[in-house]
Amino acid sequence: MIRVILPYHLQALAGVGKEVKLEVAGQPTLRSVLDALEAAYPVLRGTIRDSSTKERRDLLRFFVCGEDWSHQSAEVPLPQAVAMGQEPLIVLGAIAGG
Amino acid sequence: MADVRVLVGTRKGAFVLTSDGKRQSWQVSGPHFAGWEVYHLKGSPVNPDRIYASQSTGWFGQKIQRSDDGGKTWQAMEGEFTYQGVPGTHQWYDGTPHPWEFKRVWHLEPSLTDPDVVYAGAEDAGLFRSDDGGQTWQELAGLRGHGSGPHWQPGAGGLCLHTIVLHPSDPRRIFVAISAAGSFRTDDGGQTWRPINRGLKSEYLPDGEAEVGHCVHRIALHPKRPDVLFMQKHWDVMRSDDAGENWYEVSGNLPSDFGFVVDVHAHEPDTVYVIPIKSDSEHYPPEGKLRVYRSRTGGNEWEALTQGLPQQDCYVNVLRDAMAVDALDECGVYFGTTGGQVYASADGGDSWRAIVRDLPPVLSVEVQTLS
Repeated sequence: MIRVILPYHLQALAGVGKEVKLEVAGQPTLRSVLDALEAAYPVLRGTIRDSSTKERRDLLRFFVCGEDWSHQSAEVPLPQAVAMGQEPLIVLGAIAGG
Repeated sequence: MADVRVLVGTRKGAFVLTSDGKRQSWQVSGPHFAGWEVYHLKGSPVNPDRIYASQSTGWFGQKIQRSDDGGKTWQAMEGEFTYQGVPGTHQWYDGTPHPWEFKRVWHLEPSLTDPDVVYAGAEDAGLFRSDDGGQTWQELAGLRGHGSGPHWQPGAGGLCLHTIVLHPSDPRRIFVAISAAGSFRTDDGGQTWRPINRGLKSEYLPDGEAEVGHCVHRIALHPKRPDVLFMQKHWDVMRSDDAGENWYEVSGNLPSDFGFVVDVHAHEPDTVYVIPIKSDSEHYPPEGKLRVYRSRTGGNEWEALTQGLPQQDCYVNVLRDAMAVDALDECGVYFGTTGGQVYASADGGDSWRAIVRDLPPVLSVEVQTLS
């Protein structure tokens, strides 16, 4: 079970609370977790990453176990603590503009 | 007496204002989609409880929302906007080729006959259509593909398709306007398009009378006389009497022929409203006086409407989608400002008052007259 913490506006869009829980088969990666997230909540397609290129949207960041994973390859396995559900994958909006 | 619902899109959400036909007392609901830019929302003429809204941010991109209860509750649509085929390039500000990139939806135009059909005007300029109530979108790619697309160039607000005007009785005819490419028309329901800019003159173009490249800000028509179009261009208020084949200037005695909005009285096809704005780049009312100008002669002769509007120290702008009229016997006129006020006149423009005053900067105003 993977825990994902979403920014406020995506919580509202998906109609969920701050944290969602997802089942992801195999060793989870950013890509597989986001695939599962978008499968569970199709309205989030295009809001975190570009639907066709799968590139992260410029003003979003991914934090994992206290580290910035925004520039990691989406294929890198997430830490075991995330795979075990002990730590969440945090999706958040960068501070920008007003 | 019919009720009136005003749909207001702002930089930080949408608001729904309601009143009875007297239009004196208003209830405000919102913000809906708080924190998102709502460039436009508009109701279906067939089913007024069906309202479409465009919400976007730089963080999370574009979403279309739909209400089926007059704006009380909303459902986010899942569909996305993808240009058909290889998008190609348009011109960038410096004249170099720049790939087409979807940014946001500026304008939503519901069908006049089918509540599930709605058109969307996008930045970078493209026209999309949904046949399933906004769930999925297909580009009408004949517009970008008719030949002049590689020569289109963005205006200060981007390369945006901001105006969609549906012919009131011929569903095959649609007018659109793009900043800064000009106005275009289809006569086959959107399959093929051609520029309709003859008569426009733009001094910011090397060839001021070029077929494309004009920064058209807004087009309006009266449903009972759909071959007569009025246009507010970057500079110049223009009129066409032949569905856009030829245009001529009707700026007349306006204090500035720059502006964004233009609209037509609900019952008088020759009564037209504009709000002059000072430019280059100042983009506030001349002399700090917020004045609506009304022509009762289809242009050229304009009168200032000032009663109830600030006549000193007013430096707001009124953006291109931020004026609308209702259909009550005494036509109501509405506009919103970048200062967050929505002004309304219940007497065709003779007098005005702010029906809400402290919203985020207003991007769009639409009105529904509810029977």
